[in-house]
Amino acid sequence: MTLRRKYEEKFFRVLSAIFTLVIVFVLAHIIWSIVEKGFSSLSWDIISKEPQGGFYFGKEGGILNAIAGSFYLAICATILAFLVSLPVALFMNTYLIKYGRTLTGIRFFLDVLWGIPSIVYGAFGFTIMIYFGLKSSLGFGILTVGAMISPIMIRAMDEVLKTTPIGLQEASYALGSTKTETAYKVLFRQALPGFATAILLAFGRGIGDAASVLFTAGYTDYIPRNFSDPTATLPLAIYFQLGSPIPEVQNRAYAAAIILTFTVLVISVSARLLSRNKHKSS
Amino acid sequence: MTKRKFIDGLSSKWMVVCLCFFLLLPLAIGAGLVFKSMGLFDGRSIGALIFSSDWSPSEGKFGFWPFILSSLWVTVVALSISIPFCLLASIYLTQFAPRWFLNFMRPVIDILAGIPSVVYGVWGVLVIVPLVSDKIAPFFGTESLGYSILAGALVLAVMSIPYILNMLLEVFRQIPIELGEASLSLGSTKWEMIKHIFLRKGATGIISAFGLGFSKALGETIAVMMVIGNVVQIPSSVFDAGYPLPALVANNYGEMMSIPSYDSALMFGSLLLFVIIITINVLFRYLIYKSEAL
Repeated sequence: MTLRRKYEEKFFRVLSAIFTLVIVFVLAHIIWSIVEKGFSSLSWDIISKEPQGGFYFGKEGGILNAIAGSFYLAICATILAFLVSLPVALFMNTYLIKYGRTLTGIRFFLDVLWGIPSIVYGAFGFTIMIYFGLKSSLGFGILTVGAMISPIMIRAMDEVLKTTPIGLQEASYALGSTKTETAYKVLFRQALPGFATAILLAFGRGIGDAASVLFTAGYTDYIPRNFSDPTATLPLAIYFQLGSPIPEVQNRAYAAAIILTFTVLVISVSARLLSRNKHKSS
Repeated sequence: MTKRKFIDGLSSKWMVVCLCFFLLLPLAIGAGLVFKSMGLFDGRSIGALIFSSDWSPSEGKFGFWPFILSSLWVTVVALSISIPFCLLASIYLTQFAPRWFLNFMRPVIDILAGIPSVVYGVWGVLVIVPLVSDKIAPFFGTESLGYSILAGALVLAVMSIPYILNMLLEVFRQIPIELGEASLSLGSTKWEMIKHIFLRKGATGIISAFGLGFSKALGETIAVMMVIGNVVQIPSSVFDAGYPLPALVANNYGEMMSIPSYDSALMFGSLLLFVIIITINVLFRYLIYKSEAL
């Protein structure tokens, strides 16, 4: 009996360790197989040139249009999301802090909003676009992606603000400052390092998402000049190139996948480093 | 003084406006999608739309059953692959693993969560599709092109692991340590403690984590679309190609203007997805919030 218990313990200890290692192995395998496949096609041309005529039939050119488009889109969407998210997060932690129930309700609501798939945001953005008779454009892509990443950003900021001591706010009020001043000058400054993580998190999500920009940002071979131009994005460039029957073009998709993966990798690693520094100092 | 008051009033109003925007956003999404899919209800009942498997847009026949079934198949198979991994990995990381290993795993989970879905799709095309067609299908004595429900499910399973695992780690972290200590002091082994105390105490959280993982998998678009084959049919086994709802919406946006009612049909597809996922989310999030309040 005791022996059986001991073996059961051993068995599950080993089994769970193996399953955990499999997860690590899968991650390594994903990165390895994409690098292995795409590395030979990765060249300076891919990064620095726009597609030339016949690019999608294996001719000259690169995907600078998609790289630039993705960054424009993700950066603008992140800024937009920040401008809307910051007031909400601050509002929740200054004005609503007394109303625990309402606050829980709003957090619940934002979590649900977070769960809506990006394709639904894309479809919704598309209906609005059609309703106003507009064409797919960089601006619309930014709006859609901004709406999609805002709940993520608000919740991440909210988690940071939750940890600021309430005494800080009380001290600020005691000195006669208004709620706004407390929110933007005291809370905001206190939580700034944590916000960087929230922003990076949202940015990473924005740059990697394909489904929401499929309808709303369109696709083009050129770098957009203004907000009403359509724009190419990296995930879509990968998707379209991989769909081509020509091996040459497919290989470029793998190269583009390397670029996208490492961009996101750098972002998520720096987000983690930032948040770790914050924990150390506090 | 008045200027400061004025700014305060203005800024607090702006805060309320922003908050209201987010509170109204899901309503707006729902209303917009309902409004756009209205055109589909002329002479078609909602039951016929959902349960009919006759899909020929050019003749004005829209039956969503193959897509709904494909979505369910791929999600259920994906979850049944990722459930044991997530559960055992979270148990290992919180109970058995040394501290340094948990610290090593956190960035691994982060990176997995951060990899864009299109990259998972590329990996699926490169690795999973050949694996299914050359190894797994022959092993089970059938043939498959590789672009199949199983390939989609495998990719989805990997994608959902970091998401579910993060939630499970949180669930196990919240269980009071004294409970485990009491069990150990009565002479149970560590595994018995986990089996009898932790899994039972954390049941709500664990079920919710998988429920939310389910909704996440259901809404995933690009990666699945790249490996699942996209054939309109009712799949008879996991080696058949499928065509889940998000892929239907994403794949046909180019044509939706040329065929009458097609755009309404696609918006109805998004609406179905939206309603199902919101329902699942509300249900399991509610469970989580309830259990945290205890």
